[in-house]
Amino acid sequence: MSDDPFGGPGPEARFQAYLEEGRFMIQRSRSTGEHVFYPRTMAPGTGTADLEWVEPSGHGTVYATTCTRRRPEQGGDYNVALVDLAEGPRMMARVEGIAADAVTVGLKVKAKVGAIDGKPAVVFEPVEG
Amino acid sequence: MTHPLRGKAACVGLATAGTGEAPGRSAMELMAQAVHGALAEAQIPLSEVDGLFAATSFHSMAAMSLAEHLGIQPAFSDGSNIGGSSFMAHALMASMALEMGLIETAVIAYGSNQRTAGGFKSISEPMPFEMVYQPRTPITAYALATSRYMHEFGATREDLAEVAVAARAWANLNPEAFAQGPLSVADVVGSRLISDPLGKLDCCLVTDGAAAIVLRRADRAKDGPNKPVYLLGAAMEHHHRMISGMPDLTVTAAAASGPRAFAMAGYGPKDMDTVQLYDAFTITPILFLEDLGFCAKGEGKDFVKDGRIAPGGALAVNTNGGGLSCVHPGMYGLFVTIEAIRQARGGDGARGPGGWVDGAKLSLAHGNGGVLSSQVTTIWGTEDTL
Repeated sequence: MSDDPFGGPGPEARFQAYLEEGRFMIQRSRSTGEHVFYPRTMAPGTGTADLEWVEPSGHGTVYATTCTRRRPEQGGDYNVALVDLAEGPRMMARVEGIAADAVTVGLKVKAKVGAIDGKPAVVFEPVEG
Repeated sequence: MTHPLRGKAACVGLATAGTGEAPGRSAMELMAQAVHGALAEAQIPLSEVDGLFAATSFHSMAAMSLAEHLGIQPAFSDGSNIGGSSFMAHALMASMALEMGLIETAVIAYGSNQRTAGGFKSISEPMPFEMVYQPRTPITAYALATSRYMHEFGATREDLAEVAVAARAWANLNPEAFAQGPLSVADVVGSRLISDPLGKLDCCLVTDGAAAIVLRRADRAKDGPNKPVYLLGAAMEHHHRMISGMPDLTVTAAAASGPRAFAMAGYGPKDMDTVQLYDAFTITPILFLEDLGFCAKGEGKDFVKDGRIAPGGALAVNTNGGGLSCVHPGMYGLFVTIEAIRQARGGDGARGPGGWVDGAKLSLAHGNGGVLSSQVTTIWGTEDTL
């Protein structure tokens, strides 16, 4: 896919298309090497419009977390977290594979493309060690 | 050098309407009732209002809708919506428009019937890149910030509960407050978890309510029946829209708006007789006490302990009972402002002993909008403080 931020499908659509292929992609500035998430047309702050798509390592650390309380008949409790990617950017996410209220700040996690209510989504799972 | 806006506008009238529950009345009707009340109190006819400022969760173009309802044609209006901090920003805009001679009489208004019309109301769009995770905005965002604060500074749910307990103690002195009665730390900590670590009693009320204030230039402020309260300082800053875009979840943009507002006013935190802070959740007054300079970062959890912000404590904070126990009709900022002005008036209506802070001349009103996003600080004072 083209990296032209102002031509063709926009960064939001491209991110979504990658997700639907099962790939988690973020952006990186060619000139500064700074990684960017969420996807946008230019690097925030500097306005540099030279973002290219790269695959992150998937490694991250839970920065903040909450267990959203929900009745069992409505699907039960679920986690919402903010995860700091190893590459720098922070994103909202869900940590799975562990009880929603057992996720802790500082937990090491790894990304995968999962699904939430049938929609592809980047979710994280705890990593050992 | 004295800032050219310092003390140039003053509140000459104010009113609230429908605080708590106002069944059968629309958001617009309540807002208009508050405007009517504020103008009546100021003894200013509606026809003299040429500046109109409004934002609600019910109207995409609130200033236009309100002007039409009132049947006035403002020469200047502002319906900017930066959430619950909109009204502090409106005070700054009104002060500028008054001082530049664009208008002579400004009204700032808000109205909501969310409680009796079906519950929490928002016209906010879903956040891209967040909505797939089904955050319950706004509580998810404040729960995330609380989790980070507890992690960094070792705060506990008991520490947070002190904020709600102090708010209720103030509310118990204020007949206008919706939530009354005893409240303990154990009650708050034991309340049903909504979004960990926040329980039901860590969250603001969902009420109806409307509010309005009337501002005039200082040179005309003493013509009316009320003790004018002057806008000495005002400053705003915001740095994100989505909680995932907040640089540090333990530091709000109040760390920037506060010092600028104090610099304009020529006063500092130690000079404030009352401090009114937007308390959507128990975490927010703690963050704002720190960011506005009342204590160091991480010390807010201790600052609020042992009744220090309750009636008779070291600092009079949220003296109406706050959004936690007095009123929270969706966007609470104008009620924060009104409480600051009422205290600086030296009391305004019947309250229990200590409900009005003796000799209060300087009050801070701090607004929060979005998800800890927009922060606007205002400082109000009596004629003596000019």
